[in-house]
Amino acid sequence: MTLSPTDNPSEIGVVAGDAAGTAGAAATGAGLEPDDTSRRAAAASRSRRAADGRRLRARRRKALDGVEDRAALSEADWRRPSVRWGMGSTHVLLLVVLVVAGLGPMILLAKFAVTPTQDILRTPMAVFPNGIAWENLDKAWNDVQISRYFLNTIWLALGSWVSQIVVATTGGYALSVLRPRYGKVVQALVLSTMFVPAVVLLVPLYLTILDPPLLGQSLINSFWAVWLPAGASAFNVLLVQRFFDSLPREVFEAARVDGAGPYRLFWSIVLPMSKPIIGVVSVFAVIAAWKDFLWPLLVLKDPAIQPLSVRLPSIEATTDLGVFLASLAISTIIPVALFLVFQRLFLQGAGLGGAVKG
Amino acid sequence: MTATTAPPPRSGAAHARTDRAEPAGRRRSPVTWVRGGGLSTLVFLLPLLLIFGLFSWFPIVRAVIMSFQETNLVSDPTFVGLDNFRQVLADPILWKAVKNTLYFAFLALLFGYPIPLVAAVLMREVRRAKGLYSALAYLPVVVPPVVALLLWKFFYNASPTGVFNTILGWVGLGPYPWLQDASWAMPSLVLAATWAGAGGTIIIYLAALTSVPPELYDAAEVDGAGLWRKIWHVTLPQLRGVLFITLILQVIGTAQVFLEPYLFTGGGPNNATVTVLLLIYRYAFQNSLGGDYGAATALSLMLAAFLAVFSLIYFRLTRSWSTS
Repeated sequence: MTLSPTDNPSEIGVVAGDAAGTAGAAATGAGLEPDDTSRRAAAASRSRRAADGRRLRARRRKALDGVEDRAALSEADWRRPSVRWGMGSTHVLLLVVLVVAGLGPMILLAKFAVTPTQDILRTPMAVFPNGIAWENLDKAWNDVQISRYFLNTIWLALGSWVSQIVVATTGGYALSVLRPRYGKVVQALVLSTMFVPAVVLLVPLYLTILDPPLLGQSLINSFWAVWLPAGASAFNVLLVQRFFDSLPREVFEAARVDGAGPYRLFWSIVLPMSKPIIGVVSVFAVIAAWKDFLWPLLVLKDPAIQPLSVRLPSIEATTDLGVFLASLAISTIIPVALFLVFQRLFLQGAGLGGAVKG
Repeated sequence: MTATTAPPPRSGAAHARTDRAEPAGRRRSPVTWVRGGGLSTLVFLLPLLLIFGLFSWFPIVRAVIMSFQETNLVSDPTFVGLDNFRQVLADPILWKAVKNTLYFAFLALLFGYPIPLVAAVLMREVRRAKGLYSALAYLPVVVPPVVALLLWKFFYNASPTGVFNTILGWVGLGPYPWLQDASWAMPSLVLAATWAGAGGTIIIYLAALTSVPPELYDAAEVDGAGLWRKIWHVTLPQLRGVLFITLILQVIGTAQVFLEPYLFTGGGPNNATVTVLLLIYRYAFQNSLGGDYGAATALSLMLAAFLAVFSLIYFRLTRSWSTS
């Protein structure tokens, strides 16, 4: 496969800062060759030579970035009016489609969250014909107790995050840096779980939670039932381990010579160097926990400790429509806010996800 | 670490392996093992071993065993041979569920496979505000699926004042029955699923597109290729590896579709949207006689085996065209 992102995950952090700069440089690149086709090749090669250093740098950065010198259309193509107008209007059209499809439902949800139920039912697309119903939000938060489920969701997400980070970093460290002789076996066992579809685990995992070995006490109706299985993510271990593999060994050797033991090495050297990958794993852990539905539905039977995703479908029938939509809106805020803040991390992680799965 | 028992540590990554191999020749006692850092290595591996052991490896093995057992939570499980498999295969709803799942997978490919590719190739050419395009495309992916589906369910309201019916009414279309009608229900499900999933695939394609070597486009231009030929002869061949992967991932994903039919229709109307996973869920957790865990695991193993065989054949067939 030709994807490069995973070859060097250590660049994730480097990439973040200067994307805008690279984009600008790429846009102004490739010289000022005239539209004459006979001179184009020569001019291109000249400008290519001139751009060599920049391109090398850009390529080193580009991996996860979506920013690069050129795509299918060249500078010269863009100077042709037909291309400029054709591609330009296609892009405007694409943007309109993306706004309608991506943002549209979110805007509608925000509007419905503060629209009186009668208006939602009679004239869903009219813009506030009878005023704004802010009380929808208040009722959702207090009367429907969205606040409690919101808190439950946060707890579930936090715990799953901790469990995933602990398992992935310690396991990745042991497999990548300490490398015991049985490491290969452990690694093969971890990787093999990636080929087992989640559906196979559903029932036996449920029965394991119902009557776990070693613990001797059912985990049903306890957050641990969600937290602990969340840690068993082969994808995380693989991601972290590959990142650790790419860290310079010389640093570890130097630390050992200076008398650092394995614990010190982990805590003071490896972890601080791994912030980028920990960021990616964290974002995905929190979002995955926020999205999870079927598993918490099975193991958290008590409505008082259920997260939003489980509660929302069950309150649907009994809740006033306006209030229900306000509840949906509240449930969306945190993931969308996280996305807006850590956009780059999300998009890099998503690209990375594809690359690793590939 | 082993470096303490081995001769003075040599630097460089290449030596890590030889360092590790060295104590093998010598007689190993627990003491040298602990001195060599074996214990602390195990301590670091412990969370992984415990969590994977309890919540991944053990349940997987258990699934295989359970599929041959009659398990209820009251009495001890008894081995019943292939009875569970026979019982599942004799269930008339199973074939309906298989048909529905295949139909869902087919529609999901029809809607969901070309759209992200076209969008990504176009987005790759965007020169200003690239970030805005990707952010808008990815936004639906971060919306929790339950919220998204409940919202779509409300949009799909079949009355003339439903959101979609109102919008389509502006241009003189509808009202349509959406989820109420057996033949409309499945395409409606797929439409919502595609909306929720397309962004992720777009970002994967975009990442792959950035690693297409620009020299290839330069060379194609020298040979006089226009935009379409560049896309056909450079872009798509360069993407084929990732295109194969996303295809098989999508098939594996849609074969396990659960949330959409569960939340939208509960499998109705008239079992028109029952999928295999929904059936597994019904066997195990919605059975009024108590969970039929044997049947549920038997069916899930059959699904997994089918997917494994399918992927194997798929990779065999595509290996010669694939880049890797």
